[in-house]
Amino acid sequence: MEENNYFILIAGMVFVTYLPRFLPLILLSRRDLSSGIVRWLSYIPVAVLSALLAPGILLKDGELFLSVKNISLLAFFPTIFIAVKTKNIFLTVIGGFFSYLFFQSLI
Amino acid sequence: MRLIPDSLIKKEKDDNLMFESSRESRIKDFKFGIKSALPIILGYLPIGTAYGILAVNKGIKPVYAVFMSVFVFAGSSQLVALEMIASNAAILAIVAMTFLVNLRHVLLSASLSLHLKNLPSFWYPILGFFITDEAFAVAMAEFDNVDHKKEYYLALGIFSYLGWVFSSAFGAFLSEFINFKSGGALDFVLPAMFIVLLLIQISGRKDLFVAFTAAVLSLFFAVVIGGSWNIILAAGLAALLGVYMDGGE
Repeated sequence: MEENNYFILIAGMVFVTYLPRFLPLILLSRRDLSSGIVRWLSYIPVAVLSALLAPGILLKDGELFLSVKNISLLAFFPTIFIAVKTKNIFLTVIGGFFSYLFFQSLI
Repeated sequence: MRLIPDSLIKKEKDDNLMFESSRESRIKDFKFGIKSALPIILGYLPIGTAYGILAVNKGIKPVYAVFMSVFVFAGSSQLVALEMIASNAAILAIVAMTFLVNLRHVLLSASLSLHLKNLPSFWYPILGFFITDEAFAVAMAEFDNVDHKKEYYLALGIFSYLGWVFSSAFGAFLSEFINFKSGGALDFVLPAMFIVLLLIQISGRKDLFVAFTAAVLSLFFAVVIGGSWNIILAAGLAALLGVYMDGGE
């Protein structure tokens, strides 16, 4: 790609990335939303997190990866156990990291 | 998680230093935001480094790879863009793909707006720039422990952003010197963080059901449709199910 085209490309990417981040925030924070919309939005954090997490752990190259060679899936179990017990972000991240290392060393 | 004990703030109020105490408490929440960004920064390290190295390996100048991190600040779309640049895709096609991959931020932005009501206008363009899956997830889990949400989110956003920019610069400029293999345990930092953040936010059977539905739908859409629609479709539909269950009470 030519030098100048990088600037056009990045400007285009900035435009289409920034608008979805910015517009709902400024438009919705200024008005009273109906209780249905508020409830829908209040379920979004749990729903988005779960929707992000599941493919990250269970998919590989666009297909289900249910195998004892799926280290992320193996590490998921001790990690969620630590999360339930501690509800602490740092402890869970550290515990998850070492669980992953442990299963990686077995395979 | 408070850095300053409540008793200290109360004492200040007693001393009739309301202004000071409010300023102190803003600074306290800003600092808490920095602390909350640490796991995100750790999680960005392998992805940002991999992004930088990959960019250079695909023949993109390090400075452009870093520009992209500085201005776009959206990891998965940047990685897709690298692949498309390398295969000589048209600019318009790359921009369209970026739009598709990042459209899910609409949901995050809308949900965040519930917590950032009626601020002075200049806050929105700034806070909006820092909306990522990671900062959003952390903020939603911690907002209950915070008095000044905008200061908290600002710190969380800025420091996550710096983590992303520096780790991509690290990968891009030092790619020759780094013997980096993807697939290491650091790749599990963000999933592990998502696991505990999800757990913190599940406060009943309805939440659990919404989370389970979102996971199943996300997998289904990812396998059947492919591409980038799975997150926004699965999350939007699963949240709708939550509203439906609320209505049934």
